Amino acid sequence: MARDQLSRAFAALADPTRRDLVARLSLGDATVGELAAPYRLTPQAISKHLKVLEEAGLVTRRRDAQRRPVHLEAEVLDQMTAWIERYRAQAEERFRRLDAVLDQMAADERAADDRAADDQAVGETAADDPTADDDGRRMERGDRT
Amino acid sequence: MSSTNKTQILASDKVPTITIIREFDHPRERVFRAFTDPDLYAQWIGPRALTTKITKWTARTGGEWAFVNLQDGQEVASFFGSFHEVRAPERLVWTFTWEGAPDGVSLETMTFEELPGDRTRITGLSVVDSFEVRDQILASGMEVGVVEGYEKLDELLAKTA
Repeated sequence: MARDQLSRAFAALADPTRRDLVARLSLGDATVGELAAPYRLTPQAISKHLKVLEEAGLVTRRRDAQRRPVHLEAEVLDQMTAWIERYRAQAEERFRRLDAVLDQMAADERAADDRAADDQAVGETAADDPTADDDGRRMERGDRT
Repeated sequence: MSSTNKTQILASDKVPTITIIREFDHPRERVFRAFTDPDLYAQWIGPRALTTKITKWTARTGGEWAFVNLQDGQEVASFFGSFHEVRAPERLVWTFTWEGAPDGVSLETMTFEELPGDRTRITGLSVVDSFEVRDQILASGMEVGVVEGYEKLDELLAKTA
């Protein structure tokens, strides 16, 4: 689905009445009269809301049928959910990088504490490579930025 | 150990905002430092496919910041803003503008909350000026998220293993 259509779908659902209409239609197709019944709104007002939902691709109406029942395009809603999930996954990936940076900071702090306590002590993070002291690791990280 | 910390995203229907909530297995002072120390910040802010070069960074109330994203040494995007408030270690408020849309600005408030066991919860609230802009920001996840993969994450995790 094109991004501008998704934006229209999000904008259409920013309205509480239209969200109610979508919730009602998730139970099954309904006519304008049936949709208007629970509201203090005229069928004309409901039709206006439905037009916004229709332009956003969220609902369709069968042109040929006499009653012209309104049908919810559920897959559009699924795509909207997927859309937010992608954004969430992107933020999650960023925060996992932050997790790793925080782990490294903790390791650096422990190493610094160990050196302060005993100059002969080898810090935990430097154990694999005695040349990878605190400054060495900083340089390495600096290269990536 | 951090696999249980899941990012939550809330997009309000009433105001054009995005809220991000995430917990970390580290004390608040350390998390706050990873947000305010430019060398540390540049390491994780991403995105993975790009490198981040900080050009201005005065992390104090009334200070300024700017950074550019580079791809193969070429600048592909630049961002700037002000540090509205830096209140260590609990609150960070800044403005954020992408120079590609110079009239747009979001106001971002990051709250750092202490949790038991030396853990921290951060809540980031971004306020923009219209639902359209908010939705475009959400939509940006679509492009970057797919391309990005998990390579950079794997590298970092391997480094700290």
